[in-house]
Order: sequence, then structure tokens, then C-alpha cells
Amino acid sequence: MHPAYSVIFFTTASGAGFGLLALLGVLGPLRLLPADRWFGLSALFLAFALAVGGLLSSTLHLKSPARARFAFSQWRSSWLSREGVASIATMAIAGVFAIGWVFFEATAGWWAAAGLLAALGALLTVFSTGKIYAVLKPIRQWHDPLVVPVYLLFALATGAVWLDAVVAVLAGGSVAVGLGTIIVVIGAWGTKVAYWKRIDQGRSPSTPESATGLGSLGQVRLLMAPHTEENYLQREMGYRVARKHTAKLRVVAGFFGLAVPVFLILAGWLLPTGAAAVCAVLAALFVSLGVVIERWLFFAEARHTVTLYYGDRVG
Amino acid sequence: MTSLPKRPSAKKLGLVIDLDTCVGCHACVVNCKEWNTGGYPAPLTDQNPYGKDVSGAWLNRVHTFEAGEGAEGRTIHFPKSCLHCEEPLCVTVCPTGASYKRDEDGIVLVDEDRCMGCGLCAWACPYGAREMDMGVGVMKKCTLCIDRIYNENLEEVDRVPACVSTCPASARHFGDLGDPNSAVSRLVAERGGYDLMPEQGYKPTNKYLPPRPRRDASTAGAKPEALDEASPEGGFLGWVDRLLSAV
Amino acid sequence: MPLLPDARAVETSTPVADEVKTTTCYMCACRCGIKVHLRDGKIRYIQGNRDHPVNKGVLCAKGSAGIMQHYSPARLTKPLKRVGERGSGEFEEIEWDEALDLATTWLREIRDSDPARLAFFTGRDQSQSLTGWWGQQFGTPNYAAHGGFCSVNMAAAGIYTMGGAFWEFGETDWDRTEYFMMFGVAEDHDSNPIKIGLGKLKARGAKFVSVNPVRTGYSAIADEWVGLRPGTDGLFVMGLIHELLKAGRVDAGYLSRYTNAGWLVIRNPGGADDGLFLRDADGAPMAWDRARQLAAPALDPQTRPALKGQYDIGDRTAVPVFQLLAERYLDDRYAPEAVAAETGIEAATVRRIAAELAEAAFEREVVIEQPWTDAFGRRHERMVGRPVSMHAMRGISAHSNGFHTCRAIHLLQLLLGSVDCPGGFRYKPPYPKSIEALPRPTGRARDVHPKMPLPGPHLGFPRGPEDLLVGEDGAPRRIDKAFSWDAPLAVHGMMHAVITNAWKGDPYPIDTLFMYMANMAWNSAMNTAETARMLTDKDPETGEYRIPRILYSDAYYSEMVAYADLVLPDTTYLERWDCMSLLDRPISHADGPADSIRQPVVAPDRDVRPFQDVLIELGARLGLPGLTKEDGSPKYPGGYPDYLVNHERKPGMGPLAGWRGADGSQSGKGVPNPDQLGAYVDNGCYWHGSIPAEARYFKHVNRAYLHYAVGMGFLDEPAPVIAQLYCEPLQRFRLAARGHGAVQPPDRHRDRIDAHFDPLPIWYRPFEEDVEGVDGYPLHAVTQRPMAMYHSWGSQNAWLRQLHSRNVLFVPRAWAAENGIEDGDWVWVSSRNGRIRVEARPSDGVNGNTVWTWNAMGKRAGAWNLSPDAPEAHRAFLLNNLIDDLLPEREGGYRYSNSDPVTGQAAWYDLRVKIEKASVKEAGEIAPLAPAVGRPKGLPEAPDELRFGEGFRPRSRA
Ligand SMILES: Nc1nc2c(c(=O)[nH]1)N[C@H]1C(S)=C(S)[C@@H](COP(=O)(O)OP(=O)(O)OC[C@H]3O[C@@H](n4cnc5c(=O)[nH]c(N)nc54)[C@H](O)[C@@H]3O)O[C@H]1N2
Ligand SMILES: Nc1nc2c(c(=O)[nH]1)N[C@H]1C(S)=C(S)[C@@H](COP(=O)(O)OP(=O)(O)OC[C@H]3O[C@@H](n4cnc5c(=O)[nH]c(N)nc54)[C@H](O)[C@@H]3O)O[C@H]1N2
Ligand code: SF4
Ligand code: SF4
Ligand code: SF4
Ligand code: SF4
Ligand code: SF4
Ligand SMILES: [Mo]
Repeated sequence: MHPAYSVIFFTTASGAGFGLLALLGVLGPLRLLPADRWFGLSALFLAFALAVGGLLSSTLHLKSPARARFAFSQWRSSWLSREGVASIATMAIAGVFAIGWVFFEATAGWWAAAGLLAALGALLTVFSTGKIYAVLKPIRQWHDPLVVPVYLLFALATGAVWLDAVVAVLAGGSVAVGLGTIIVVIGAWGTKVAYWKRIDQGRSPSTPESATGLGSLGQVRLLMAPHTEENYLQREMGYRVARKHTAKLRVVAGFFGLAVPVFLILAGWLLPTGAAAVCAVLAALFVSLGVVIERWLFFAEARHTVTLYYGDRVG
Repeated sequence: MTSLPKRPSAKKLGLVIDLDTCVGCHACVVNCKEWNTGGYPAPLTDQNPYGKDVSGAWLNRVHTFEAGEGAEGRTIHFPKSCLHCEEPLCVTVCPTGASYKRDEDGIVLVDEDRCMGCGLCAWACPYGAREMDMGVGVMKKCTLCIDRIYNENLEEVDRVPACVSTCPASARHFGDLGDPNSAVSRLVAERGGYDLMPEQGYKPTNKYLPPRPRRDASTAGAKPEALDEASPEGGFLGWVDRLLSAV
Repeated sequence: MPLLPDARAVETSTPVADEVKTTTCYMCACRCGIKVHLRDGKIRYIQGNRDHPVNKGVLCAKGSAGIMQHYSPARLTKPLKRVGERGSGEFEEIEWDEALDLATTWLREIRDSDPARLAFFTGRDQSQSLTGWWGQQFGTPNYAAHGGFCSVNMAAAGIYTMGGAFWEFGETDWDRTEYFMMFGVAEDHDSNPIKIGLGKLKARGAKFVSVNPVRTGYSAIADEWVGLRPGTDGLFVMGLIHELLKAGRVDAGYLSRYTNAGWLVIRNPGGADDGLFLRDADGAPMAWDRARQLAAPALDPQTRPALKGQYDIGDRTAVPVFQLLAERYLDDRYAPEAVAAETGIEAATVRRIAAELAEAAFEREVVIEQPWTDAFGRRHERMVGRPVSMHAMRGISAHSNGFHTCRAIHLLQLLLGSVDCPGGFRYKPPYPKSIEALPRPTGRARDVHPKMPLPGPHLGFPRGPEDLLVGEDGAPRRIDKAFSWDAPLAVHGMMHAVITNAWKGDPYPIDTLFMYMANMAWNSAMNTAETARMLTDKDPETGEYRIPRILYSDAYYSEMVAYADLVLPDTTYLERWDCMSLLDRPISHADGPADSIRQPVVAPDRDVRPFQDVLIELGARLGLPGLTKEDGSPKYPGGYPDYLVNHERKPGMGPLAGWRGADGSQSGKGVPNPDQLGAYVDNGCYWHGSIPAEARYFKHVNRAYLHYAVGMGFLDEPAPVIAQLYCEPLQRFRLAARGHGAVQPPDRHRDRIDAHFDPLPIWYRPFEEDVEGVDGYPLHAVTQRPMAMYHSWGSQNAWLRQLHSRNVLFVPRAWAAENGIEDGDWVWVSSRNGRIRVEARPSDGVNGNTVWTWNAMGKRAGAWNLSPDAPEAHRAFLLNNLIDDLLPEREGGYRYSNSDPVTGQAAWYDLRVKIEKASVKEAGEIAPLAPAVGRPKGLPEAPDELRFGEGFRPRSRA
């Protein structure tokens, strides 16, 4: 599949935003985070900014963004619609939660309920994002049971790294938060590795033979495409990246998204507060870079069955 | 509404494409473009129409495949447009409600006034039957010529899809595949019409008729393999008189 | 606006058009009937006309793309006068008056001095009855249309053999045939009818065999694909004939009655009459009567012709044609085993197909319960058919052995008795016509005089050497050397030889080359690069172009336009009157004659004029006899429509056969009817006659048909058309080559004539295969017509070029594997004439010694108003650069045209090549790249996006 940069940016940023929101919504009420208004304002603002920025960037990918308003209408059947509804609802509830934290420095009671609900909404939003891809049967690499867990874990992992950064900058850092962050980050990448293994080993049930129904005549090969120049389908679904590149990029993604941030978080524990804060922020940026590469691969490695009609052997 | 009709419609309008007869002429492709660029989904825009990287929106395409090896193999021309699936994910994924499947005849349509051009339905179609119009920014697809088949401004005979009426070889058939007695359903039954990618579970309405077996060295069996030599007496021309005496 | 959608109301009954006009498609020469739907004067939709005899409602890809052709940005907009160098595309726009004045001045000068210094050649022209007649009025002997490079082998072989041809003049009885063999056809002129027909065969389950080195298109759906080696069909067919003869499975009755099988051929080796028919005092051919044991007139129904034996006739002996034929093809040379190696077809396959043919012909007779009477008065109670049919085209035609190969196929049909019978091949009126009923060529020295018209038509059918257009010395009289010893039966002329000969001044120099609708600087030229060089070459002494003036009419900015000195811009096919006349290439089908017109359905929005109007006006300005009245005023002031209605070729016979007579009640013949065009328009722009039921089959020998044909003016006399298995005119040329007769070939031609003018079909290797060093070029290279493109014009069409904007070379997969060539590799392809770099793609559906590509894909950068970086210029190619227009030098240095020695048909498909892999650095672009041409003044800038149809949108978007 053609890696659409707006979508890659969108899922990375909004994943981080909603992940952060989910953590704030849970950890805030649990009083595991400072109830301080400046902390609340900064952390929630970051979460909002990432989520909204991501959502806005996703509209860049729309050919007729003016009609995006209709996108909330089909929550009964469409995961994209559900994602939209969930994200708006989550923002609204998170807004309430933010009022408590920022204006009243309160995260307990009803405010806590709002926080927990916002966390749930954030997770639902990310779940929906994952589902958008996971339901697409024609794309084997997306139609995989690990896609939704990966989306959720990466949202939490990137959210956690950002939380760790906020804590490091505003609250002098926390080994507990750092430790927790390292655990989710490793968990996310571990799941991703499992996912990569699955897609490397899996096979699409569809082949050029089943796509054309001509298998009884022997192996089916494309002789002439319908157009001699590329058409929309080929540009959109025909994107190919060589195996050796993907292998390299997986390592690069893991290096930036896992090794570097874990190292930086660990290093932060040994360094003075100022330097530790710099490390934590860098860790957050690196994780995001790693995830951007991971998302790029998520597209680039995915094969659509339509390519079977354009000369591909495997879908 | 992108929820599918509660019950599959009784009427299932669709196409039956005869791969044994299709010569790959692209007539259906271009006539489809011609009709539809001024019809329900108008326009079907073209980018760089006179330049490099020319491309445009088309609702029907013909591929050519080779199957099997060497001289024993076959060349097959393979037209493909929307199959008007019974369980089309392209409809259910649509967030705006632009994509829908009609209750009354099963036709899958895009209501362009609601389409935001997200492209998700194209990802959801295993067959490549959806077409983002880059000029207009909305999704286009085969409408089964909804503005022909019910069009009262047209003569009754013309109320068939453009691609069907123009196909010179009569390789395309249109009808109600929900009615087991319709001409198309009978054709499917007789000729072993099949679904594309049944494993995807979309239950396409359109059916494909397979190429018939060759009638050549590999299959000719029963036929006389060669002619008997005429009576050698009187030389090779001996038989001529006999033939003539009968004249 | 509701957030949730309700059940959607779709407007299903949108109005399609506010006006529908019928006319005739011209996206190719098939001439289908169309209905043009107009909204607000704009073309909304072009639909096939269901009532039309040609296409019965269907439309091909090209026809459906007519809108884009009509609105093409490559349309010429105004007359152009060259200002830059030839080939640069630099022009100034001029007014029509100036253009016509200039053309008149040039032409008058020539006509007043030596009309032969005008070469007038027309290409994809469907007005040949006008253009040819105009050339005749002008007085030049140098006129022809494109048939010489197209398919004259088919036309000549068909007419000389049986008075009809696959090309244009015949069709398969699709509703009845049981066994259909197609030789070398990818698309043909009968595009839609063939597809409709194949659809019928499929529906009925009749067997379809395709003989073709390539397995695409029609061949892909054949029940049997015979992928033989190019150029070997003749041998394959002779193998079939061998088998049928050996088994005695031929229709002896049909042969003895309706062919010359029983005619006696004189055996007198060395004599002047050797090989000619034995004739009586009146010149009538004789046969040996079996009953009476004497020579008797062959056409006398009382005569019972012997088909074998040798008979003494006075001082000579004579043998029936059939005896000669059997002797020849029963020879072991034609045994299936013997032909297998050369054709690549297994002996068993030849045997089986022969058996299948015999089975279909003789055991599956189809009968129409319809009595008929033959030309000899024999009454037949029913029409009994041998349901075997054949069709052949350029795969046969475009080889230097094509004439004989095509004759061999006709022989096979005739032996099976399947010509114009139910289930067989059928003639389309006005054919059959025997050559006796057709004119002889005109254009000898005595025919050409200043200010005088030519006394007869340019093109005709020579009966023997005395009909050649040669001088005393045997030198050609025509610029293309048609009807000379180079190509005696060049019945369609040799357009492909004109530029080379004119440039060389061989046989003489010309002043003006006047062309119409032919892209002769590009895809219709053999040796394209060399052709461009000749068109731009100057005499170093005078500084003048060697071909001094080029006058050209095109509707679009084709490659040829850039080489013209004066360009006369034509309209598109939807803007003018045209006529598909029975005097020209008929649209008839086997059950009835038909002709048709085009009417303007939209008015031109540019300063362009229909070429026919321009030609008629030029004729009037020049004062040509047929085009001016006694008082010198124009005879057809109303232009082409005026001519169509009022011109009479013979009394009562004009361009159109329908609604003749003062009141429009007559067909075929009748005085001009002033309302004729209106009657055509009212009838969908075509006229369709109907042959009476008893006259529909066996037309060549059917008394009722022959009388019908006389009544319609197709024939002057109701004489039967007896099929000529043995072709006596060929023998006459051969006798001349052997020194007999008054008209003698120059010595250097003798052997060639002797070898190739065998009166019975022969097979020889295509000339290219006998060229020295051919072993270095192990592969055959051929082209095919893509169904969705018409020659060079398709590329300007925004829709069609999305289907094909570049081509690859298809190579046999096994060969590719051996030579390490993979899909997408770039290769160098070379022939004895040149070298090109192209992209390769392995395919299983091609003969193992053959490579192929689509025809006419490559374009010169900048032509057709495409952007100069278009794939057509950088990734598409022509094979034409590899095809020499001349054969290698022979002793004495003379170079014959690369053509069939009998008809002059260009031998495009004789090409042999070798292929080497190009380096990685060279991949991605074709070579050589032709230099780009500029965009002439007046042509609009092509748009970046097309939103055609937006205005027709039924409702607006939210
Ligand atoms: N769409 C479309 N239609 C056209 C045209 C066009 O450009 N486009 N052009 C028109 C014109 S001008 C013409 S002349 C006709 C020509 O129509 P066709 O006769 O169909 O001409 P080609 O496409 O040249 O096809 C020739 C076929 O012969 C095969 N062939 C080559 N060599 C041999 C051989 O030695 N033996 C046999 N058996 N087969 C061989 C080739 O593989 C090819 O399939 O088409 C007309 N119709
Ligand atoms: N390699 C290879 N070369 C071949 C062949 C092949 O099989 N292989 N086939 C050969 C054969 S059979 C043929 S017939 C030739 C065909 O070759 P051409 O006769 O050159 O055919 P086109 O390319 O169609 O060129 C016709 C010209 O007519 C112009 N034209 C179109 N419509 C109109 C109109 O309405 N009015 C006017 N005035 N002009 C118009 C077009 O713009 C174009 O310039 O190619 C030959 N060349
Ligand atoms: S029009 Fe008919 S024969 Fe031609 S490509 Fe389409 S389905 Fe095949
Ligand atoms: S073919 Fe594709 S676009 Fe058409 S209904 Fe099925 S899934 Fe949807
Ligand atoms: S592109 Fe349009 S029709 Fe397709 S899913 Fe998006 S909104 Fe729906
Ligand atoms: S039914 Fe209509 S819209 Fe669909 S492919 Fe055929 S012509 Fe095109
Ligand atoms: S075959 Fe096609 S292009 Fe040719 S006249 Fe018919 S519809 Fe037009
Ligand atoms: Mo041609």
C-alpha cells in the first residue's frame, strides 16, 4: 500500500496523544501524578495537541475535506466513523477532566470519573483506528489479530514516553514512570516483532489463480495491464518495497523507537535533573521517529489483493 | 446508509462475463467511460490527458492474462468492473454514508454528495473496482448504468448497461442473478459460472464463465485423426472418375 | 442537511440528449453506423446504430472514443504554409484563398506541362471514387490509394482467383458455418462484423481455428491455435490440400461446374502457347468432354469435363487444370511430414485438420430449402452448402509470398466447394466480378498529355504483359512502378514506393507530391528514418528540395504535417459529408448491397474545410473537364454534397445507389434525385438493398443474382464468374519472361518473373529469408493492430492513449529464458536495416521463433500536440525503422522494392531480427529518439486535466 504521509503522521501523533490522555485519565485520578495545575495543563495540552493535530492531518488525506462532517454519521457500521465519534466524545470528556485538573487542581470524585471515562474513550478511539485497518480483508498484513493490540500498545508506549518527558521536565522525573514506560515500550515492540513474524510467515488466501478463477488452466500471469501507464489502483495499492529494505527499516525503527529511548530513559536516571529532562524529551522524539518508520512499514509492507490483477504473485 | 440491507435483496442485478468469448477489444471499457463521463457519476476526469503519466477515472477495465505453459497454455482477456457484492466491505467501511447498497436491486452506489474522498472503500474492495476521481475528489465506481437500465427516456432495448450493449462479441450479459430462471442465471448454471476470490467472502453478484476447453491436439480424440487414402488403383487420380460419375 | 442519510432517491431517468443525429463512424475504416446524442450542441454520447447493417448497434473502443477525437487539441485549425525547414513544424497561418491560389498555381503549371509530375496519393481515404476520378481528370498517371502497402495481395489473389476477396469483398456465413479458419487476422477492416460473427460461432459451438504466430485477441478465443512460423501459411495450406487430394475429399461437382478445373491447358514446352488455355475460335475455353471424347466449350452445360488425363488436340496435347493441380499438390513435397519442419506444425496436426475440414464440409452439409438456377440453366432444388469458411488478412498479405499464399487458401476453399455456399465464404455485392468485367490500368505514354484527362482509370487488372504501364524499353511509367515488370499486378498501386522513387528520380523526378490522409513520414513508411531524410533532402547544386513541393491534407497534427509545404486542414468526421460508395469500398454484406454517408452533425469551430470540397474547388479552378461546365463555371458549386447527388459515373450511376430516380424510387441505377441526401439522412445515413432469396448464394454462378447485379449496375452482363484455380494471366507474364510475345521484360527481370508467375499457387520463402547473412537474424518480427487504436491517430485521443501509450516487444518465454531476458529488460533489436532499443516482455502465446509488438505506437515528440515528454515518444516504438523499403542489391546493383513480386504488396512481416540485452544504463528509453517537432501556430495548448461531461451532470454536488 502506498504510504500516505498524512495518515502516518496522523496515526503516530493521535496515537501518542490518546495514549497520553489514557494514561493521564487513569494515573491522574489514581493520584500517581502531580495534581498541580501547571502539570495538568502541560500534559493535557500536549495530549490534546497531539490528538487534534493528528486528526487534522488526517483530513489532508481527504480529497473532499469539506464533506468530512458526514464522517461521524456511520458509527453503526464504519470503524472510521466510530473513530471519529469516539475521538470527539473523548475530547469532550477529556475537556471536562481538564477543567477539574487545571482550574480546580482536582482529579478526584466526578473529575476522576471523567478522567477514567476519557481514558476509556481514548483507548476506544485507538482501538477503532486499529480496527479500520484490521477489518480490511483484502490486505492480509492488516487483517491480522495483532494489528489492534499493536495500535493500542504503541499508543500507550508513545503516550508513556511523552508522559515520562513531561514528568521529567516539570516534576523532576520519576523512576516509576520511567520504569513503567520502558515496560510498555518493550511490550509494544515485542508485539510488533510477533506481528512481523506472523506477516512474514502468513500467506494470503488469494492468488492470481483465485483472483481470476483461471487456476485450472495452470499458473496465471499478467500479459497486459489495462493501461500502459499507472492508474489510481496501482499508485494506491501497488506500492512495493524490497524485502531487504524492509528488514533494514525494521531494525532502524526498533533502534530509534526502542533502543535509543530506553537508553535515554535509563541514562536520565543517572544524570542531573536538567540533563535527565533533555534525555526524556529526546526519548519521546525518538520513539515517535521509530513509530513513524514502523507506520511507514505498516503501509509499505501491506499487499492488497488488487495487485494480483496487476502481475503480483502474492496478495 | 453503509449498513447493508437487512436481508439480501431478492433482485440481484449484475453482469455475467464470458471469458470464452471476450476478445479483449476494450469496447466495453471505453463505452463505459463515454456513457458515465456524462452520466450519473459525471465527470470521470483525466489527468495529464496529453502528457506524461496520463491517467483518469475508469469504471471498467480489461486485463490480459496468460495461463498455463507454452503452446498448451491460454491467453485470456479479462474484463472487470464492480461485482456488486452481496457482502461488500466497501460499503460498511464508508464513514460518510456515501457508499450504499440498494435494497431494491442490490446495486452498490456512491452518493457523491456525501463522499469525502477518504479512499477507504477502495482499500476495502478486493477487486479494485473503486476509482478515486482525482479531479473531482470523490470516489467513483460502476453504477451498473443505473441511469440507463431504468431510464424512461431511452428505448426499452437500450435499457441495458452501456458495456453490455456495445460488446461486439456478446461476451457480456446483464440480468437478475437473484432469479434462478433468468437468462443470466441459466447461463451461469449451464456454463459453470463462478465467483472471483470466493475466499474473500464478499459474495460477488457478477459471475464469470470459464473459457471452454480447447478442441485441438490435446482434446480432439474422437475425431478422425487423418483421412484414408483414396483407392490407389488407377493411381492417385483414380478416384476422380468415380467422383465425377456421381455428378 | 440531515446528518443521517435516508433512503436515497437516484434520478434514473435523466434526459440523454436534446437531439440525436445519425451518421457513420470514422474512427476506423469499418464504417459502423452511429447515433450522435447532442446536448446543447455538444456531443454527449455516441452510440452504435442498432439498425445499421455493419455494426447492428455495437461500437468498438475507438468508436466510443469518438468524442475525444472530435475535441482533440491536435486538430488543425487553419491552412498552413511552411516557413521553417521541412520537418521543423514551423508554419505561418494563411487564409484559404491564398492556400487555394497557391495550390492552383503549382498544379496548373504541372498540368500545362507534364501531368505526370504530380504524384497524388491518398491514404486511409474513403473517397477513392472521387480522388481517383479527380486524378484522372487532372491527367496524371500517378494516382493510387493505400492498398499497395495494405492488402493488395488479398485483393489481387481474390479477384484473380474467384472475383471476390477476403479484403472488403467477402465475409463468412457466420450463421451457418461449422468450421471457421482464420489466417493472420488481428482486427481487420471488418472489425465489428468479425467480432459479432465470432460471438455467433461461440454461441453455436462451431469450431474456430486461428492460424497465427501470435495468440491474442481473436486467436485467444479460438478452439484451436495454430501458431506457425510467419510466412509459411502457404506450405501449411498446401499440406492440407495434399491430404484432401490424397483422400479424394474434394467437391468434384462444384469444381467441374463452377471452377476452371476441367479447362484444358496446352502442354507445349517452349512454345508461345504453353500453359495457356485451349480456346475455340471465339476465344472460349475448352474442356475434354468425357462422354463425347472430344474437346468442347468448357462453359457449355452439355460438356462433361474430364478432370484428369492428357489429350491430343491436333498437333499439341492438353491436360485439364485439375490434373495439373493434383500432380503438383500430391507431390511428396507437400506431405504433412515434409511441411512440418518449415511451418513448425506437426504432421499429425495437418492431417487432423484436413480430416476435420473434410468432415465438416462433406458430412455436415447445410441445406437451405431454396431452389435456384445456375448460370448454365441447371435448376437446383435446394442450396447445399459445405459449412467450412475461411478468412485471411495481413498475416498472409504482408509477406512477399502473400499473393500465392492467399491463392492457395482460395484453392483450398474451392476444392471443398465452400465459396459462396451456405456456411461458407460469401461475396459481398457488388462482387463477385471476374477480371474480364474489370478495367485495365491506364497511364502509358500515349495516355498522358498536358491539359488532358487520363482516358481511363489509373488502376485496373492486367490480363497480360500488353496491359502493363511500361515504356518501349520496359521502364515503368508510374512513379511507384506499379504495373511495371517490378510488380505487374500492382492493382492498388505502390504508395510505399513513391517517396523513395521520387527522391531518386527513378523512373523520373516529380514536382509535387500531393497526399491526403496518410502519415507517410511515419508509421506508413517502411524505413521511417530514411523516409524523413528523403523528404528533407536537398539537391546540393540547386539548394532545392529533391521532392520540390509537398501538398498535404490532414485533419490533425500528424508527423507528416511537418513535412508539407502547404497544409490543407480537413474537418473531423463529425463535421462533414462523406460517402462510402459502391464504386469504392462497399459496406455491403452478403445478403445485400449497401452504401452510406456521413452528414455533418456539428459545425466546425475552426477555419477548416472538408477535403472533398477543397478538391472539387481546386478542380474547378484548374478547369478540369469533369469539374467544370462548358462555360468554365464550376460543375458542382455546392461542393461535395452537390457532387454526391449529381455526379454520374455512367448514365444513371452515381456515388450513391439508394433513392435514385427523380422521385427517389430507384435503387442502383436512376437519374439523380435532388432529395437523395435527405433520404439517406432520414434512413440513418445508409441505404441497404436486399438480394432476392434465390440469389443469395452461389452468386458467382447464380442466374438470378447475375441478373440482379446487371439490374443494379454492378455488372454489364450476366456472365458467370468461374473460379480460376489456374490463373492464366500469370502464365502470360511467364511466357513473356521466356521470350514470347510482343511486350518483353528487360532481361534483368526475366528470372524473377518466370519464378513467381506460376499459374498454380507456389510457396517460396519470404525474400528476407533468402537475403545473405539472414542467419544472423534468427527471429521473425511482426506487428499486430491493437483493437483499441487506429494506426497513428489514436494517440491524440485522451481516452485511447490511456489504454496504449507505449508498447513492449513480446518475446517467446522459452527463448527469453535461454537468453537471460526478463520482463522489463531493455533490448537492442537489429535487422539488416537498423537497430532500435525497446522494452521486452516474455510471453507464451507466440511462435517460438517470433517476436511481436503493437503497430504504430511510437510517435515523434511534439507531434499530435502531445507533450514532448509523452511516453509515446520515449517508451513507444515502431518496427518500421527496421524494415527496409528495398531489397538488397542484386547483380547489376538494382534494388527491388521490399514487396511481393506479383502485386507489389509491401512485405512488412518478412522482417528478421536479432536481439541483444541492453545494458542497465541504457534501460528506460527507446533509441533512436527522433528529433522533436514544434507546435504550429494555431494549435491550442493541450489542457492538464479533462473534465469532459461535467456539464451534463444531472445534479450538482453538495
Ligand atoms: N483497431 C484497428 N483496426 C484496424 C486497423 C488499426 O490500425 N486498428 N487498421 C486497419 C487496416 S489499415 C488494416 S490493413 C487491417 C489489418 O487487419 P489485420 O489483418 O488483422 O492486420 P494485423 O493487425 O496486421 O494482423 C495481422 C495478424 O497476422 C499475424 N501474422 C503475422 N505474420 C503472419 C503469418 O505469416 N501467418 C499468419 N497466419 N499470421 C501472421 C499477426 O500476428 C497478426 O495477428 O486492420 C484495419 N483495422
Ligand atoms: N510496421 C508496420 N507498419 C505498417 C503496418 C504494419 O502492419 N506494420 N501496416 C501498414 C498498413 S496496412 C497501413 S493501411 C498503414 C496505415 O498508415 P497510414 O495510412 O499512415 O494511417 P494513419 O496513421 O492512420 O494515418 C492517416 C492520417 O490520416 C489523418 N486523418 C485522420 N482522420 C482524418 C480526416 O478526417 N481527414 C484527413 N484529411 N486526415 C485524417 C491522420 O491524422 C493521419 O495523419 O500503415 C502501414 N504500416
Ligand atoms: S467489449 Fe466484450 S469482447 Fe470487448 S473487451 Fe469488453 S467484454 Fe471483451
Ligand atoms: S466489487 Fe468492490 S466495489 Fe464492488 S461491491 Fe464488491 S467490494 Fe464493493
Ligand atoms: S471515499 Fe467516499 S465512498 Fe469511499 S469510503 Fe470514503 S467517503 Fe465513503
Ligand atoms: S455497467 Fe455501466 S458503469 Fe458498470 S462497467 Fe458497465 S458500462 Fe460501466
Ligand atoms: S469498428 Fe469501431 S472505429 Fe471502426 S467504424 Fe466501427 S465503431 Fe467506428
Ligand atoms: Mo491497411
